[in-house]
Amino acid sequence: MELAERFLLGGLIVSVFAVAGDVLRPKGFAGLFGAAPSVALATLGLTLFTEGKDYAAVEARSMIFGAGALLVYSLACLYFLAKQRRRTTPTTLTMLVVWFMCAFGCWSVFLK
Amino acid sequence: MRVRINLAALKQTHWHEYLTRFLLGGAITLASGLVARHFGPVIGGLFLAFPAIFPAQATLIEKHEREKKRRAGIPRTLRGRLAAALDARGAATGSVALAAFGLVTWKYLPGNNAVGILAAALAAWLALAVLLWRARKFHVYRWSGRARR
Repeated sequence: MELAERFLLGGLIVSVFAVAGDVLRPKGFAGLFGAAPSVALATLGLTLFTEGKDYAAVEARSMIFGAGALLVYSLACLYFLAKQRRRTTPTTLTMLVVWFMCAFGCWSVFLK
Repeated sequence: MRVRINLAALKQTHWHEYLTRFLLGGAITLASGLVARHFGPVIGGLFLAFPAIFPAQATLIEKHEREKKRRAGIPRTLRGRLAAALDARGAATGSVALAAFGLVTWKYLPGNNAVGILAAALAAWLALAVLLWRARKFHVYRWSGRARR
């Protein structure tokens, strides 16, 4: 039951932020919503009820490093799309490797 | 440049594209919860900033731009990729603000009202994201030399 709630709440909040990104102009501003705290709001909201504040705070601390990895991922996508003129879908999917490397690199250096 | 709302953009998106984003959002939220349960909150927390829907969103933006150009009689264009790149630039700016969301939550959640802190963190994300977006515009404006005119 909790898993279903997590799935539905996550899907709903992510969709709301995605629609905000769709309707807002200019596109550069709408892009801000590509890094909206949608998954964080859903996850932290549910975690607060099930695990408590201290557990959620630990997740939030890790999230700071995840956001750093997201910054590197976004800049890598920007470089390959704008400068190298690569195709969008393969680029954005391949660059997920960069996110994993940065996120787990930060984890092994700062959080482990 | 003024921020505005273009509701007509909603009509460009098909129902299956909304469904895809809903499913991806639900899946990553579920996955981050499961990762936290199995590997602990330190690793699980990393996934709160995972670019879950960015690839789908950027692909959608490219597709819509390409269709718009095709309707205008331009069959081959790089405009879609550049629009997706613009989205990536916005996401890079937003990710700095996302770190601020995490910082506010991490520092102030223990010992304070949880709903209030999440609301404050969301406000901090929005305020910093808008500020950085405005600052970037100012930076471009200055470097282009137009500020001197």
